Amino acid sequence: MRWVKNKVLLLLAALGMAAAFGLAFLTHAPNRLVSGVGMTLAEIAVSAPAGGYQTLALLTLIGPALLIVAGIFMPPWRSTHVLVGVAATAMLTGLVVLAAHHASLLALDAADPATGLSSSIARTSFGGAFWVLAAIAWLAAGDAIGRLKLEPGLRLLASAAVIAPVVVCIATGVLAPLSLLKEYASRRDVFDAALAQHVQLVLASLLPSVLIGTPLGLAAARSGRWMNALRPLLFSTLNIIQTIPSIALFGLLMAPLALLAAQVPLLGQWGIKGVGMAPAVIALTLYSLLPVVRSTAAGLGQVPQPVIDAARGMGLSNRQIFWKVEVPLALPIFISGLRVATVQVIGLAVVAALIGAGGFGAIMFQGLLGGALDLVLLGTVPVVAMALIADALLKAAALSLVHAP
Amino acid sequence: MIELQQVSKSFSGLKVIDDVSLGIAQGEFTVILGGSGSGKSTVLKMMNRMVEHDSGQILFAGQEIRSFAPEDIRRRMGYAIQSVGLFPHWNVEKNIATVPRLLGWPKARIADRVEELMSLLQLEPALYRSRFPHQLSGGQQQRVGVARALAANPDVLLMDEPFGALDPLTRAALQREMARIHKTLGKTIVLVTHDIDEALSLASRIVLIDKGRIVQHDTPLQMLSKPANAVVEDFFGRSDVGIRLLGLRQVVDHVRPMEPGSVEVGEPIAVTLSLREALSAFMSQRSRRLPVINIDGQRIGCIDLLDLLGPAAPSPEQTARSA
Repeated sequence: MRWVKNKVLLLLAALGMAAAFGLAFLTHAPNRLVSGVGMTLAEIAVSAPAGGYQTLALLTLIGPALLIVAGIFMPPWRSTHVLVGVAATAMLTGLVVLAAHHASLLALDAADPATGLSSSIARTSFGGAFWVLAAIAWLAAGDAIGRLKLEPGLRLLASAAVIAPVVVCIATGVLAPLSLLKEYASRRDVFDAALAQHVQLVLASLLPSVLIGTPLGLAAARSGRWMNALRPLLFSTLNIIQTIPSIALFGLLMAPLALLAAQVPLLGQWGIKGVGMAPAVIALTLYSLLPVVRSTAAGLGQVPQPVIDAARGMGLSNRQIFWKVEVPLALPIFISGLRVATVQVIGLAVVAALIGAGGFGAIMFQGLLGGALDLVLLGTVPVVAMALIADALLKAAALSLVHAP
Repeated sequence: MIELQQVSKSFSGLKVIDDVSLGIAQGEFTVILGGSGSGKSTVLKMMNRMVEHDSGQILFAGQEIRSFAPEDIRRRMGYAIQSVGLFPHWNVEKNIATVPRLLGWPKARIADRVEELMSLLQLEPALYRSRFPHQLSGGQQQRVGVARALAANPDVLLMDEPFGALDPLTRAALQREMARIHKTLGKTIVLVTHDIDEALSLASRIVLIDKGRIVQHDTPLQMLSKPANAVVEDFFGRSDVGIRLLGLRQVVDHVRPMEPGSVEVGEPIAVTLSLREALSAFMSQRSRRLPVINIDGQRIGCIDLLDLLGPAAPSPEQTARSA
């Protein structure tokens, strides 16, 4: 084990090796209705036309993979981390390019004999090996970036650089032969509407939860006879809300809101009814209250008392102490709480599709009900991407505000 | 400068300050000395309204402090505390500039003042100006704390056990620094401590507090040689009083001129030492007479073990000081 310098990479490499040989890399079906046939990387390599573009693609996968394996044994220098990071980025790119290219070959094979055009109904989707290897490449890159100990801004930039080639491939149509993008192409309108709805749901829930949660957190951070009695009540209420399953909470809100809309027609005109946005936003707001309130209170609570004493002793007014000392020192922890709330709401908003709030959940459930795995992925992948992006941005924001160790 | 008249203070029914009257003159270095729970910190905190007094009067520059806004009076009194309490999100320069910025000084004046104070407290401005508190040692942090307290050139400097959390070497260095600053700036300083030696070496007047009452308010010498009662004697330690008295006197006042023909053997002692340190040298060298050197290392005379007992020797100090 003395030779192993990076145990994380060792574990990732072992998992990747198992996935590469044991799981299907792509599954191919002549159309959406029949179930696909899996093919491993080895099978793809054997079927590759000699000297072709595909061999090159395979090499761009094997080369970086070998470099990552080499990274296990190399001393932990910055150059090693940079090398592993670049190799992981190349591997991620190689994976999608190889998958896309092979998908286009398969589509040609299934070409309509009459027209000679490649089949547009053939479906080639990612198999288990692809997902595992992609995740491993992402984790290896993340590990390398973490070990480089970059400034928060640079760290964000480095993470963006890792996925940039994949984004470029999607944007330029290189990945178009893959079923995920075929599904996207055939329902671009639905996808764009879902994106807008999802973002709307998330922002519409976070805004009120910050507006309500921050004052509650401020109050909870202050000591006083009333607050000391109310604080446990506040937090246990918020905790209980967290434990209600999301579907149950959505369901619970439907009846009273429907009743309210029936009693007060004006509210109904504003779009408040038992199904749709209103119950979804209310439920998501309730869920995100706990992290917001807790992080506000925790952020203010960890401001060192001597710092506040010194500020008071030097003649800062209460307002100045709050804005110049407490707020800046509490902000990193507050943003961490906001990050938890945001990621949670992005995920939970998927379930809101069940009560007609739309969003990516609608696409996902449509896929689930129709047994179309690619449709499920079309609903899931953007949600994961949104959550990762929000997480990275807010994490960088929180880190850039921290000065104390 | 500050005057307490029959001031009392209770916390939840318990009297912590009981009828305290105390006058602090301009330019004086007053050390409030007492054990833990004696109420010494409360006396200090009442002076800048961090703690409001219940009864009696506290006058600052002749006016009852309640006639000032608390923020105003605090900005006119520098304040340094044991845990320093530097703002962790501000660098050294911004920390020191806290009160001048509150007072709306122009930028150039603030920059000059920060530079001046950093030099005064032996912090190289170019090196430390943009460092953050967590990048400084404990001693450096307290230097910044003292500089911050002095920033707006306050009339009074209040210090609540400022050196209590420092290691002995750093503490001694900062004590010397404070003595020097008091000498050069002539500020009125009120310092709270439980450290008897710190009080004796810094104070021009000591206020000994016990159970919320002033036991004695006097110069260090009077305090040791004419204790008001048994409490004072006990506090300074009956068996240590002699040694502590020696600590108040300097070698410079007891140097004998060199007698022609005599050659004192032994490691010479510096003229800047206290007699307490001189006694230590006599003991460790097992000698009755030792040569004395000035700060440049030149031999300027000698001192006899018996000189530690008596009053100052005739007048060799003139020679010593000019040398």
